[in-house]
Amino acid sequence: MIVVSDVSKSFAGQRVLAPTNLEVPRGRTTVLIGPSGCGKSTLLRIIVGLITPDSGGVTIDGAPMTAATALELRRRIGYVIQDGGLFPHLSGRDNVTLLARRLGRDPDWIRRRVEELADLVRLPQAALDRPPAALSGGQRQRLGIMRALALDPPVVLLDEPLGALDPLVRYDLQEDLRRIFRELAKTVVLVTHDMGEAGFFGDEIVLLGGGTIVQRGTLDALIHSPADDSVRRFILAHRLPGMTAGDHR
Amino acid sequence: MTRRATIWGLVAAACLAGPAGAAERVVIGSKGFTEGIILGEILAATVRHAGGEPVHRKALGGTQIVFQALERGEIDCYVEYTGTLAAEILRDDAAAAPEQLGAALAARGIAAGAELGFDNTYGLAMKRALAERLGIRTIGDLVARADEPAIAALEFAFSDEFVRRADGWPAVRAAYGLRQTPRVVDHALAYKGIDAGSIQVTDLYATDPEPRLHDLVLLEDDRRAFREYRALILTRADLHERAPAVAAALAELAGTIDGPTMAGMNAAVRVDKQGEAEVATAFLRERVGWDVAPVAADGFRRLVHDILRATGQHLLLVLVSLAAAVVVGVPAGILAERHPAAGRWILGAAGIIQTIPSMAVLVFMVPLLGLGWRPAALALFLYSLLPIVRGTATGLASIPGHLREAALALGLTPWERLRLVELPMASRSILAGIKTAAVINVGTATIGGLIGAGGYGEAILSGIRLADAARLMEGAIPAALLAIGLERGFDRLERWLVPAGLRTAGR
Repeated sequence: MIVVSDVSKSFAGQRVLAPTNLEVPRGRTTVLIGPSGCGKSTLLRIIVGLITPDSGGVTIDGAPMTAATALELRRRIGYVIQDGGLFPHLSGRDNVTLLARRLGRDPDWIRRRVEELADLVRLPQAALDRPPAALSGGQRQRLGIMRALALDPPVVLLDEPLGALDPLVRYDLQEDLRRIFRELAKTVVLVTHDMGEAGFFGDEIVLLGGGTIVQRGTLDALIHSPADDSVRRFILAHRLPGMTAGDHR
Repeated sequence: MTRRATIWGLVAAACLAGPAGAAERVVIGSKGFTEGIILGEILAATVRHAGGEPVHRKALGGTQIVFQALERGEIDCYVEYTGTLAAEILRDDAAAAPEQLGAALAARGIAAGAELGFDNTYGLAMKRALAERLGIRTIGDLVARADEPAIAALEFAFSDEFVRRADGWPAVRAAYGLRQTPRVVDHALAYKGIDAGSIQVTDLYATDPEPRLHDLVLLEDDRRAFREYRALILTRADLHERAPAVAAALAELAGTIDGPTMAGMNAAVRVDKQGEAEVATAFLRERVGWDVAPVAADGFRRLVHDILRATGQHLLLVLVSLAAAVVVGVPAGILAERHPAAGRWILGAAGIIQTIPSMAVLVFMVPLLGLGWRPAALALFLYSLLPIVRGTATGLASIPGHLREAALALGLTPWERLRLVELPMASRSILAGIKTAAVINVGTATIGGLIGAGGYGEAILSGIRLADAARLMEGAIPAALLAIGLERGFDRLERWLVPAGLRTAGR
């Protein structure tokens, strides 16, 4: 379980996140969504400790995220960014196994783990030993997911992981990811700006706007009982099939 | 006999044989111009004649470097000029007189030895035919008859150094009240101009071979405006105790070289392209009556040997300085990238170092580190810093922010992030900086020739000094090949060191 308590953040005097509270239940997928600049990525980066909040704090399974605990906690969090965030100087395999090797895991265990993960994300073996530049966008993102899952972390955080992929590749990856998260019962926070993707993944959807949580609930609740006009407009902007501006008037 | 006894026996034998068998080693220095080197060879041949073992550290550089080397005991003797000593070392005009000079030098552990007999002062010269036609014999004549149109029309052109030095043009202009405004020209070009008739009066050293070559006549300095530059041998004060026979032989050189003789030897080297050592032994044989065998010179084998030796010395300079610069420069580059405020200072300092002329670095460092490869390697080390620091800092700064964050979020320690992610990703840029430094070093390492560090600089500098293209090529061609070879080597190294993923990505 991830608990965010009274977390706020300003950059250069500009408020990005008002004091915010959020619990992410264990084994469930929570999607952060909202327009650009709403604070959703900032919130995710605060959870993984890349940004220190001005106030409040984050605990992960009861352990507070501080400068002293960050290293240990991050090893229990899988973090996935757009295009996989692979290191260009390492092969796919070396990207996936980097931390495990640093932590001195048994080489046989590492080899087996890579095979398992490649099966799990449906990555062809041949792609493992190529440098990232020689792979397709979808393959890079599958490797990024493998790297995040390498040490079987209980928590997985994803920052717009599929944003740069073409629709068909994205569709396949969405299916695979949801299957993986459910099979492995991971605690997941996923940031996206795509309502369809949010509805597909989210046990709960958290809609942010102007640095605060505007509404949280299921996709249905957001569509049929929007908290305010801004939620309504955000949903309309996605031009979901069968919806027009008149539906909620 | 036990092994220990054998060793003691050998030690005893060495002690007994040592003093009797070994000739006293006498190190001779010389300044970096033809006359200095000829005189150095004369001293070397004299030492050999007296049963000593001479080592001639040729063309060490300017007055400061050679004099300091003598003061520090790195060389035992060299030939200096009284006027230069007074002006540049003792900084006291009165000190040029023999008694004062001896006392001032003795205080520094140096003995003023024999005066060789010539005075290499400055002079003003004209074409002999023109001077005779106008009836000009002395500098005073130029002033006394300044109103005559033919005299007023004479064009003066001097070397830059002569115009600037207090004991040059300013001294002669003040002493005679000359009103001409001289042009500043390159010394070698002045002779061409005087042949072509575009200028009529120029400066020269009294023992230059050019007057004979261009049929010039030196105008008499009737008011003694120019300082005296009498050549004299300086030795370590203890030389006459350490090597009495050598000291005695050096004393015998007193008064043996008059002005025309010195000019003749300069001409033999500069104009007739004879070797300095041959000219020196010929002088001792013909004028002093000592038959000193010249050191055998076997053309091709000697050349190969010289080039190999220079290559070793050159590589030592380049590689030692480069290794030190990598050890210091890469961490400095990392620091510069991590802390932009410190980075501005680090890159600023490295940049300023780059603008210091190598000669200035040597003048600072020779008193601290002595002659030889150390000060040259230090200078090269300093020049190598900027490309390496900048390559490292630039390489690190160009790593995309999201990949830094990915490494952070993965749970790598700061040291692991640097070693496993950031430095490998910056490796191309770092290696490019090191390669640049290496190639520049190959060129700059020629300064080693100025301070006895050897390398290709010796051949290049003496080639320039003597306008001897073959000698210059003997250094320049291997230096170019070494630069190309190093560049190739670094390309190999890059293929080996830079991860494959970066090389494909970089295309």
